[in-house]
Order: sequence, then structure tokens, then C-alpha cells
Amino acid sequence: MENLIQLSVFIENRKGRLRGVTKVLKDTGIDIRALSIAETQDFGVLRLIVNNPDLAYEKLRENGFIVKKTKVLAVEVDDRPGGFDNVLEVLEKNNINIEYMYAFVEKHSDKALLVMRFDDMEKALKILLDNKINVIEAQKIYNI
Amino acid sequence: MSIYYQKDIETMDPEKLRDLQSKRLCELVKYVYSRQHFYQSKFDEIGIKPSDIKSVDDIKKLPFTTKDDLRENYPFKLLAVSLSEVAEIHASSGTTGKPTVVAYTNNDLKLWGEVMARAIVCAGGRKGDIIHNGYGYGLFTGGLGVHYGALTGGFPVVPVSSGATKRQIMLIQDFKPRILTCTPSYSLHMAEEAKEMGVDPRELSLEIGIFGAEPWSQSMRKEIEKIWGLKALDIYGLSEIIGPGVAMECPGQDGLHIFADHFFPEVINPATGEHVKEGEDGELVITTLTKEALPLIRYRTRDIVSINYSVCPHCGRTLPRISKVKGRTDDMLIIRGVNVFPSQIEEVLLKIEGVEPHYVLEVDRIGSLDQLTVVVEVNETIFSDEVKEIERLETKIKREIESILNLRVNLRLVEPKTIERSMGKAKRIIDKRIN
Repeated sequence: MENLIQLSVFIENRKGRLRGVTKVLKDTGIDIRALSIAETQDFGVLRLIVNNPDLAYEKLRENGFIVKKTKVLAVEVDDRPGGFDNVLEVLEKNNINIEYMYAFVEKHSDKALLVMRFDDMEKALKILLDNKINVIEAQKIYNI
Repeated sequence: MSIYYQKDIETMDPEKLRDLQSKRLCELVKYVYSRQHFYQSKFDEIGIKPSDIKSVDDIKKLPFTTKDDLRENYPFKLLAVSLSEVAEIHASSGTTGKPTVVAYTNNDLKLWGEVMARAIVCAGGRKGDIIHNGYGYGLFTGGLGVHYGALTGGFPVVPVSSGATKRQIMLIQDFKPRILTCTPSYSLHMAEEAKEMGVDPRELSLEIGIFGAEPWSQSMRKEIEKIWGLKALDIYGLSEIIGPGVAMECPGQDGLHIFADHFFPEVINPATGEHVKEGEDGELVITTLTKEALPLIRYRTRDIVSINYSVCPHCGRTLPRISKVKGRTDDMLIIRGVNVFPSQIEEVLLKIEGVEPHYVLEVDRIGSLDQLTVVVEVNETIFSDEVKEIERLETKIKREIESILNLRVNLRLVEPKTIERSMGKAKRIIDKRIN
């Protein structure tokens, strides 16, 4: 299964810096699928899922940003009470830690979609699939 | 081919060198006493006559000269010759008030060419090597100093000066120089630009870099050598003394050979003015033994160095060696009573793998307490998708700086290329404290 690629961008806590990133994406015609910002007092890490991560990576670097590619998983969760808890239960039982996660705005189906990063990605993928939890193909995410 | 430009002088027996220096010093004191009113009144004030100076051992009796003395005698009051005998005038950048003016007779220019040629050969230059001279041409002595040395020593020189960096890369590709001369920070800037153009600096023809005009650390040397694939050597000089060509490293990289037959070195405790022991850090003081237009007695360079009088085990030169400049008595920041040199912080940043030396030190006074903030450009090695990883590295850098300085510091990571790149001297300090 092809890994879903997330782009992380270093952003200083200064006026207009986030816009600096979105402007490059706009000018390149890149669509954002999901995003989150982890912030500290001085800087933030912008995490992005986009339709064309390779092109976005290249263009952001060309424009002087520090960018990193990270493997993540897109995990489908039943959109009902207990749906997410069910996923966490499986992970907990198998000793898998979530480094961070955030949600997609758009849905792939009638289920909720989460971006998840684990300490052990390979093991996490296997456990999720073994427990019949849906992990969406990277290409499908890029093409939502 | 000789590794010396003037073997008889560069490998002179230390006692004979001392005799030569003594003879020249005795002539010098007579010269300055009769020609520079400034020295005449200084000597008279402390009751010293030229005849009291019989050898270099007596140099301690002579008064110091400071940068303020040069400023107060702006522009020509310190000259020992009439203006009609002056061939060239330079001025150093004055960040406060008037610049410092220095002048050369034709003989002084000949001397400058000679010591600079010595420096280029000392660095491993061979007659006929092309020099790409990226030091600024103009009032700054860097550009023309190297230029005269190249002419004197028979090195074809490309007077490219600083700036228009992409074009410089193209010229290096086409002319294939063996020697690069510029400030160390500019060499890193050039390497960055080359990479942006898709050129690997290591594939270029340069084998020797003669870098100076600003303090730089051993780790910055490693960084430059790695990125350029050349031997990076330190040259020392200051316009008040002559410009570049006062002292030069040989490829042994074990101290800078000071051309002491012309520039007599002393290392003193800047607070007391007393000599420190061989090997101890102190302020470098230089007496120009042979200059005509603007000879200076015991000039306080404000550069912190140590001195080593033993014969160089690498090249056999007997001329004393000064260490790389470890700091400046006036660039030294005093924060909460602690002496801080930018070079100390640079060492730490470079030790953390992959951190290029783009940083600036911000000093501010919060309430009555001085705060030092180290602003560092983030790069791909430090950056992680996980905030805690970045913070772990931040803490590591902070701790290492704090353990070296024994002072609490703040660290701020900024985006790449947000710290100003300099064409000439790197600006490392922003002092926001109100005096």
C-alpha cells in the first residue's frame, strides 16, 4: 500500500507567514485536502495533505521554505458515537502510540476521515487492517 | 618550487630577527619623534627620548596608540610625510562618526605588495596561480591589498570585488582560478548561490581559500572546506597597520605567521597594559617598524589572540605565530558581567550537525536585566514534523551555549534566509540596550 505523504512546513510566528505558504500553493494550483498547525510561542509546524505533494514540496522549497515529507495514514472512522473510540481501543490494545492526528474536512464516504501519524507506522497499518479498520489508499486521498 | 617568498627572512634565526627588529625600532622612534607631532608630544609627556630605546626590550617604555588617536587626528594630522609624498589613501568604515584614515607612500605600497605576496605563497600559492579576488575594492583595504600582493608575487588576479555573486560563480567556472580570496562569510554565501544555480562548489577549480577581515571559528573553517572542497586559510590584517598581509596561516593551520620583521607584535592584558605570557590570551599590539606615511607605535588592535614563538613544525618558518582571532575587545559583549564572544556561540551551533552558521545575537535589557537571544535560521536538519523534536534540539543548543557561557540565553528559530547576508563583514550582534 502506497504511503500517504504529508508535508510539514516551518512557519515563524509572524504576520503573513502562513499566507506565504498558501500563496505558493495557490500560484501552483495545489488543492489542500487537510491541514493542522502545531504551534509554540515562536514558531509553528504546518502539516498539509495536498493533491500533489511532490509538486507542492518542490515549489515550497524553491520559495525558500523548509519542508519535510512524512508518511501518514488516512484512517476511516464510523461517523457515530463510539466510532473513534473503537479505533483507539484497537491501537491501545496493541501498544501503538499516536504522535499526532487531525481530521479531513471533506469526506471520502459517509464516514469521518482522520490523518494519523504513529510511532511505528508499519505495525500500525498492519494492526488497523487486521482489525478491519479502513485505511484509504493515498491516490484516493489525492483525488478526493 | 619554494614554499617561501623570502626564505632568508621567513626562516631567519630568531636572534638575528630580534637584532633586525631592534635596529628598525631605534630608527623608527627617531623617525616618528622628528616627523609626527603627535608622538613627539606623547614622548615628551612621559619623558622619553628616542635615545632611550636601544632594543625591542625597551618597547615597553613607549606609549600605546589607539583608534581614538587616529580619529582625533582625522584626516591627515598623524602623517609623517607631506601629502605630496602620499601615493594612496584608504579609510576604514566608521560605524560611529568619522572613518579612520590611513595613507601609504610608494614605498609603503611596495611593502604591502611584498607582505601580501609572502602571504599568498605561505598559503600554498604558486607563481601563475589565478586569484579570484572577492574582497571589496575601494576604501576597504581588503581588495587592493590582495591585488598588490598578486601583482608583486606574479599571480594573475581577477579583481571581481564583492557582489553579483551568480556572475562570480560563472567567472570561477570559466577562468578556473586556484585561489579564492574573500571574507569567510561571503564564501559561504557564494557556495549557497552556486548550489542554487545547480553548481557543486566542490567541482570547481579552487584549491586554496585565503579568508579574513572578520573573525571566524574552526568549525566555520570545516564548514567552508567541506562545502568548497578547498583548504581554508586565515589571513590577518588591519588597515591601520597596512591592511591584509600582517599575518598568514600556512597549510599546517597551526597559527598565523606574523611578518614580524615589519610588524612587531606584543600581546598584552587589555586592562593593565602589561605583557601576558607566551600562549596566554590578550590584546594584540603592533608596532609598524618600516612604514613611512603613517608609522604607528604600539597600536592597540583590540583583537584577542595568543602568541607562539616556536618554529612552525609544518613549514619551518621562524616568524612568531599568532592564534586565530578569538574575539575583539570591543565586539565583546558584556552580559550580566559575563564576557561573550560571537565565536563561542558559533562553535556550538556548528557542532550540532548540519546547522549552517546563520545566526545573530540580540541583546536587550528587560527591566534591569540583560537578555541574550540567539536567533538561528532553521534548516532541514533541525526541522521535524514533530514540535517536540524541534524543541528537543532547541533545548540541546540552548544548554550547550549556556554551559559554555555560564549564562542563561534565549533561542529563537527563524525561517531560512531571514537573517541578512553580508557581502562584507557579517553582522552578528544587535545590541538594543540603551547606553
